[in-house]
Amino acid sequence: MNESRRHFLKFAGLTAAGLVAASAGGVLASSGGGGAPAKANKETLHATQWGMVIDTRKLSTDEAIAPLAAACHALHNVPNIPSKQNIKWLWSSSMEEAFPDFPNKYQSPEVEHRRVMLLCNHCEQPPCVRVCPTQATYKRADGIVTMDYHRCIGCRYCMAACPFGARSFNFGEPREYLDLTKLNKEYPTRMRGVVEKCTFCVERLEVGKQPACAEASGGAIAFGDLSDPESPARKALRENYTIRRKPSLGTEPSVYYII
Amino acid sequence: MLERALKGSPRYYGWIGLLLVIIAGCGTAYIYQLLTGLKITGMSRDVSWGFYIAQFTYLVGLAASGVMIVLPYYFHHYKKFKHMVIFGEFMAIGAVVMCLGFIVVDIGQPQRMLNVLLNPTPNSILFWDMVVLNGYLLLNIVAGWVSLETDRLRLPHPGWLKPVVYTSIIWAFSIHTVTAFLYQGLPGRHYWLTAILAARFLASAFCSGPAILLLVMLLTEKVTSFKMPKDGIRTLAKIITYAMCVNIFFFLLEVFTAFYSNIPGHMGSIVYLFVGEHGHSELVPWMWSFAAMAVLSLALLVPPALRDNHKLLPYSLAILVAATWIDKGLGLLIGGFNPNVYEGISPYWPTGPELLISLMVYATGALVVTILFKIATDVKAELGVSQKLPCGCSTDDHCDCAKAA
Repeated sequence: MNESRRHFLKFAGLTAAGLVAASAGGVLASSGGGGAPAKANKETLHATQWGMVIDTRKLSTDEAIAPLAAACHALHNVPNIPSKQNIKWLWSSSMEEAFPDFPNKYQSPEVEHRRVMLLCNHCEQPPCVRVCPTQATYKRADGIVTMDYHRCIGCRYCMAACPFGARSFNFGEPREYLDLTKLNKEYPTRMRGVVEKCTFCVERLEVGKQPACAEASGGAIAFGDLSDPESPARKALRENYTIRRKPSLGTEPSVYYII
Repeated sequence: MLERALKGSPRYYGWIGLLLVIIAGCGTAYIYQLLTGLKITGMSRDVSWGFYIAQFTYLVGLAASGVMIVLPYYFHHYKKFKHMVIFGEFMAIGAVVMCLGFIVVDIGQPQRMLNVLLNPTPNSILFWDMVVLNGYLLLNIVAGWVSLETDRLRLPHPGWLKPVVYTSIIWAFSIHTVTAFLYQGLPGRHYWLTAILAARFLASAFCSGPAILLLVMLLTEKVTSFKMPKDGIRTLAKIITYAMCVNIFFFLLEVFTAFYSNIPGHMGSIVYLFVGEHGHSELVPWMWSFAAMAVLSLALLVPPALRDNHKLLPYSLAILVAATWIDKGLGLLIGGFNPNVYEGISPYWPTGPELLISLMVYATGALVVTILFKIATDVKAELGVSQKLPCGCSTDDHCDCAKAA
């Protein structure tokens, strides 16, 4: 082995050791896991399992739900594609579509005709995370199921696995359907060929804000830590009769509906 | 041995040329898809997998099917398959190439494909499917190539080949089991969420796969001096018939479970497929064609007199292939996504570009199979085994042509 080659190997070894040390340091600093920033933000809201309680008595019409969807979609640059290949993070559906397990033959017409706000359930046992072949979809320590759009290969296995239809695939170029002059520059647009969905507004929780839909709901949505008995979400669950979508599938949704 | 693929008749070159033209022509549709995205397909939010993944699923069955020749030869020393084994292995190679092709054309970001290797995720069945499919490809390349090469050199097969072949036999079952697991572990997709799905996949594979293989081999007989022994054809037809009976039996088990239990989720997909629901009956004519052709194929294959009529056999096999393709290449996937997660119906039908891209993948598989079969038949001709005799017998048949004349 000649001298220069030995030098090179020594240098390469040191560099590798340095990189390992640096990345280990990074892991320690961001003890929050997942997408937490290296420097902890004092305002960041923390939880063991974020959850949402939606009052279907108040959010019962398309008119009531539309502004919430608009706020969410504007904030996250979600395009509106007028086809069956649309992208939806938050949308409204009929009671029957939302809760196909509860099709009582005779029921209160008022309840039967309510519209229901739908979004990702951030399941405690998310099938989408289980099936993802690249860990592009993953569950954070705070219970939020979120995505790495740069790792997703677009196999859409997660869409087949999600029993709630909460996932959207960018079949085409999403920016073609966005008003580029009105983009929210704080949040990235996505590229063609990847899956996306609601993230419970992780980027807002990090700076101490409530999810955009909860903020725009005028008190119809209680958001909080499901593991904290004093959280607004648990308070709403204590005081009201609630149901979840397709509980028999065992995914343990973190979104509850007051009936 | 590869040089044998380069020396052929004008007809052989014409066929290769035609396939290349199809691949290149349909390749433009794929470039179009690469440039604009999967929006050129008929897929949607609710039917997020379509024709590509359905063809992938069907062809995994074809890949697994070679084992119906390899297993009787290696495990039961059924000598009539001695010179047919190589075609099973080579067909498996072509089929896996098509499977991988259909995966590649289906994913939204194909250039990120290696993320599956860079971030290996054992809890994802797709990760395991990648492992077993590529493993099966490698096993068949090694087993097929080495056995043909040593045959050509008139040498005994190397000792290490047997463990490789035995592994490939077990492996064949794994590829279709894992492919079924892709579907059958998903909560809320009732048509797929059934413990018998993997068994159904295997039964369907072991009838449709050898049927396609036998059809291609009969075609090979027409264009080369190759001739299968009659007993070999008879046995393979018998295997196909048994597997088809099991396949239909398993399907009827699903029908019983769904309708006797009367559980809407279990009945939903079958009702949509065979009767239609919410005013949607797109697949009804297809599914009844499947039912009719399945019965017809059995009627033509079960009676030995009809099954052993080798003039009729190709038609019986073609009917069987069409029936199983509708069931697995169409109904299984569209029926699995319908009724959708909202208990509604989201119709799906492949678009023109989607079909062209599928044709590109099929033509690529045909090219691989043509080249491999060309090499194999050349070697068989050189060795003087499984060759056509003037009286129509095969040299493996031990029939006395002089007497027949």
